[in-house]
Amino acid sequence: MDEVRIIEIKKSIFDDNDKDANRLREELKAKGVFLLNLMSSPGSGKTTTLISTINALKDKIKIAVMEADIDSDVDAIKIKEATGVQSIQLHTGGMCHLDAEMTRQGLRGLDLNDVDLAILENVGNLVCPAEFDTGASKNCMILSVPEGHDKPLKYPLMFSICDLVLINKMDVAPYFDFDLDKCSQYIKMRNPNAEIIPICAKTGEGVDKFADWIIKNIAKWRNNENA
Amino acid sequence: MHELGVVFHCIKQVNEIAEENNVKRVNSVTVEIGEVSTVIPYYFEDCWNWAVKKETVLKDAKLYIEKIEAVTHCENCIKDYPTVAHGKICPYCGSEKTYLLKGNEISIKQIEVVDN
Repeated sequence: MDEVRIIEIKKSIFDDNDKDANRLREELKAKGVFLLNLMSSPGSGKTTTLISTINALKDKIKIAVMEADIDSDVDAIKIKEATGVQSIQLHTGGMCHLDAEMTRQGLRGLDLNDVDLAILENVGNLVCPAEFDTGASKNCMILSVPEGHDKPLKYPLMFSICDLVLINKMDVAPYFDFDLDKCSQYIKMRNPNAEIIPICAKTGEGVDKFADWIIKNIAKWRNNENA
Repeated sequence: MHELGVVFHCIKQVNEIAEENNVKRVNSVTVEIGEVSTVIPYYFEDCWNWAVKKETVLKDAKLYIEKIEAVTHCENCIKDYPTVAHGKICPYCGSEKTYLLKGNEISIKQIEVVDN
């Protein structure tokens, strides 16, 4: 009869991914590539926001984009056509999120020479991407007005891990009884350190503020002020 | 969908531990899942049963799930209360100055192995 023994582990299932994400952050730091992880629900306007933001930034810094979706390459093509920056599509093979290793593999598909900013457009989902650290330098999410101002109460983890919350589609706020003050209050309840920028990707309102936030955070990160 | 990703990470970690310990077979894996961890034990088990079939040392590993009750602490009245029933607002004093003590865990507690 085989000898059976118990090995005590007591380790979070996310432990290996968290360590891998930290390694990736260091690798990217050494290369000088700032990785921004952009998350949101499906349909919140991630791709449209990226297009207007990239167009506002592309003369100042070199940008590359990874579009993660379960299927299709419409987003990567759209970004390339609308901005001209390097853009690739990652398929998650049915998975609802990207982890650090998938992000690393995606980055290998990009030419990172002289790239200042790599943007990862994560799978549209407010649950799983919040649990898997991608190795990003900063996490940013978009909440769009039609989703409602009470979203931070329903998806607390996502709001608690984001450094920046963009509130998109502000032009339609009156039609949805969207209360920006309440929304900001709920976000701060979950994450007192989160910055909030209301934008409208379609009209361009607030996009300059998001672009400034990116430039400011890359500079801080380069100077190691990024606690 | 979410549970499957978590299961893959769990299997990866157990495989690494099995290799480090030079084991022949893993008989069982015990995981702890908190009530507010976003992982639903029933789905986790389904994903597990499907995913381990493709494994080698883990192929016949049984899954044991230990659920951990979620408990929140109130900073205002210094009492603890069950999170699922009352959420973020303290049922004793109505304060919102509360934080989760336990219940968001998704961890591997132990594995039962047969040595080479």
